[in-house]
Amino acid sequence: MNESTPPKEERSAALSGLGTSRKRVEDARFTQGKGNYVDDIKLPGMLFGDFVRSPYAHARVKSINTEKAMAVPGVHAVLTAADLAPLSLHWMPTLAGDKQMVLADGKVLFQAQEVAFVVADDRYAAADGVAAVEVEYEELPVIVDPFKAEADDAPVLREDIADQKEGAHGPRRHPNHIFTWESGDLEATEAVLAEADVVAEEMIYYHRTHPCPLETCGSVASMDKVNGKLTVWGTFQAPHAVRTVASLISGIAEHNIRIISPDIGGGFGNKVGVYPGYICSIVASIVTGVPVKWVEDRSDNLMATAFARDYWMKGRISATKDGKITGLHCHTTADHGAFDACADPTKFPAGFMNICTGSYDIPTAYLAVDGIYTNKAPGGVAYRCSFRVTEAAYFIERMIEVLAIKLGMDAAELRVKNFIKKEQFPYQSALGWEYDSGDYHTGWEKALKAVGYEDLRTEQAERVEAFKRGDTRKLLGIGLSHFTEIVGAGPVKNCDILGLGMFDSCEIRIHPTGSAIARLGTISQGQGHATTFAQILATEIGSPAEDITLEEGDTDTAPYGLGTYGSRSTPVAGAATAMAGRKIRAKAQMIAAYLLEVHDNDIEWDVDRFVVKGAPERFKTMKEIAFASYNQAIPGVEPGLEAVSYYDPPNMTYPFGSYICVMEIDVDTGTTEIRQVFALDDCGTRINPMIIEGQVHGGLTEALAIAMGQEIAYDEQGNVTTGTLMDFFIPTAVETPNYQTDYTVTPSPHHPIGAKGVGESPNVGGVPAFSNAVHDAFRAFGLTQSHMPHDHWRIWKTAESLGLHD
Amino acid sequence: MEKMHVKMTVNGKNVDLLTEPRTLLIHALREELGITGPHVGCSSSHCGACTVDMNGMSVKSCTVFAAQAEGADITTIEGLGTPDALHVLQEMFKEHHGLQCGYCTPGMITRAYRLLQENPAPTEEQVRFGIAGNLCRCTGYQNIVKAILEAAAKMNDMKESA
Repeated sequence: MNESTPPKEERSAALSGLGTSRKRVEDARFTQGKGNYVDDIKLPGMLFGDFVRSPYAHARVKSINTEKAMAVPGVHAVLTAADLAPLSLHWMPTLAGDKQMVLADGKVLFQAQEVAFVVADDRYAAADGVAAVEVEYEELPVIVDPFKAEADDAPVLREDIADQKEGAHGPRRHPNHIFTWESGDLEATEAVLAEADVVAEEMIYYHRTHPCPLETCGSVASMDKVNGKLTVWGTFQAPHAVRTVASLISGIAEHNIRIISPDIGGGFGNKVGVYPGYICSIVASIVTGVPVKWVEDRSDNLMATAFARDYWMKGRISATKDGKITGLHCHTTADHGAFDACADPTKFPAGFMNICTGSYDIPTAYLAVDGIYTNKAPGGVAYRCSFRVTEAAYFIERMIEVLAIKLGMDAAELRVKNFIKKEQFPYQSALGWEYDSGDYHTGWEKALKAVGYEDLRTEQAERVEAFKRGDTRKLLGIGLSHFTEIVGAGPVKNCDILGLGMFDSCEIRIHPTGSAIARLGTISQGQGHATTFAQILATEIGSPAEDITLEEGDTDTAPYGLGTYGSRSTPVAGAATAMAGRKIRAKAQMIAAYLLEVHDNDIEWDVDRFVVKGAPERFKTMKEIAFASYNQAIPGVEPGLEAVSYYDPPNMTYPFGSYICVMEIDVDTGTTEIRQVFALDDCGTRINPMIIEGQVHGGLTEALAIAMGQEIAYDEQGNVTTGTLMDFFIPTAVETPNYQTDYTVTPSPHHPIGAKGVGESPNVGGVPAFSNAVHDAFRAFGLTQSHMPHDHWRIWKTAESLGLHD
Repeated sequence: MEKMHVKMTVNGKNVDLLTEPRTLLIHALREELGITGPHVGCSSSHCGACTVDMNGMSVKSCTVFAAQAEGADITTIEGLGTPDALHVLQEMFKEHHGLQCGYCTPGMITRAYRLLQENPAPTEEQVRFGIAGNLCRCTGYQNIVKAILEAAAKMNDMKESA
């Protein structure tokens, strides 16, 4: 080695590549108040739009009088369905193959549904206009219980498709029925259950909740009539898909539409869908000829956009006497609200709910999901979740506990007995998935040891005795959870959204001086893509991460991709980034060989340079190669150094983890105190440990919220009773505990760098850990199942029903 | 609606606004003065994304009328540090990964700034209680708390050595 060449380790460290806890490049602007979110955008002449919303959950709209609103100072226009109908924009397609009213067309189907759009000088004048629109409603009977929706005399909610016997996902058996989706072998499963030693049966409800990012949804549309170009800035987790959909429904050619996702203040699935506000801001800009902004308020957000979950999962699980699971049957009633606006790949109307066999080697299984219309807001988005994997993980992790009770077994032991073994990977699940890699036993044992599991069980038993003696009024719950995720959608062969294959992309340009810009088809909403994807690239091309700018979210400049949700950015766009980097390196190798006057095969890669094999003093650094690519005429090699990769993953990735929560419960007040949360994650290769830990903290806190109090609740009239942050639980720093994290590393065998994705794991694994802790505290007193969220009132009621207040 | 003059000091500069009596302070700052650091998250005083410092107190500017700020001394995130001389809190939030999407961050740091003025050496529990009016959906607070405690220690060190 040349004396002036620093050692390998030093050069490698200088890259801040894979595996380093690189500080985030995003933070400079965010900590100085210089982020650029949708509501920060201010264009000359811009107007503001706001909605008249329905106070009723189900009503006929008899008339809409906009005369007084138009007379309000500052109001420019009031749009109704009648105004949008000539453009065929009064309805819009949903991501699930259904359609949804943009503005009320003859009736309203959920409270807070969009009825009219008032466009005014500013948000104050718009609010004045909204208050002056007169709408006459005739109330109709309301359905809030999905189990009552298919009664013979149930009111027909969707009159537009009442007679359609066939929906986007097969036959419909009732006007309020959307689809039935099946997976697995029903006959074989019934046979196994009929012959089993033990069968445990339970209804597991995962309640309706909402992603509630701190920034609500919004858009700014600007139709430039001179050039025929439409630009829309918006809270879009999938900007490229939005462009295609906007083109298809508006008739504006796709090259004349530019979609820009600026900084996004959290998404968690809320910003995947297309909402009436986006459409109305576009139409209003076309109508008025000036830019129009729409930003929903918090109640609009909670009541009208993108709920999550609301699955009633009836389970039956069978086992031998000694606890070997033999079969699983699940029937889910899915409350989809008024329009089926689930964000799922087309072929999966219930998302990846069929990952519900979880981490266990269950030979025979069957799942059926019935989608049902009710008078609730549309949505069904994946709230920090990969398409219903949260529901699936909660279901199986509850069923395991229910089975453990039935068997009289320790729930940790039951899990160990049934985990898929390391040597079984790649593992074919009974419901059709191929788990890529895993080592469940190692992480699980580590977790049990970390919390001192045996001692905790002893302490718990002593506590039960003390409680019975009257020495304490507090119980101890040990919440166990082992989750297997399915993320990184996904292979184009079976994953698309509205016909768009779910590949993703990265385009890299190396500048003459060796620094670079990389653009991706994804969009960060806080995950720190600009930091981590530069790290992947730094390792691949040997340029320091700080010399690589990363850009996403502008459809005029970024390569096409399906966006960020379902923990797909690292598995798909991260893979594209590595592959594009490798293309750069392949071309760089040819350039280096030419410069070194040797054959391509006679040089090898060494951290940040190509060196001549056997003669390490002869080398060309990536920086030198970059400059040469712009100023040397190299025979057979085009000038410049650029590459693009569109990556279609061969399989999903399957992150997993072991989570344990230790919780104290006050039987008399229903209050809880979290004593310990231990979270061990295996997300394959770790790109930035600091960011992984941050994702785990955040996901656990969202899981805590969901399990312990957060819900979108309706009364019998279909009124939302949790439509403000007064009622919708978001933990503050006081309710949130400190978390202990740990990890194992089982790389994905098919991902170029072995990474699996982590953003959603803590929500998937966290909810069952918290919920199981509550259940476990009451196990000794006969509790098998109580529905989430476990707020103080519900816990108190559980204690009451078990006779613990007597 | 008839407009009125409101005079205040914002980040050390005197401003004279001509605005409607109903204009909220957050909208006066964001839309009339172009100070977009403070954000709107809930419009109901719950989330704290709009937190600014007003006359030495943290206020949620979504529930203060601009008119109520007549004569007030207002500091927003933009007034806490400069790109060349960041406030210690800004540095520590980056150092300890105390932010993700960044939407709550300006309010959170502005609140933490006042908290440390009120209590320069808080315990972890006091920090947690002190920022309970500011919601974060991304971080789970653990790293925010760490950043604030670390900033307090650094600020005290600087005071001692001064």
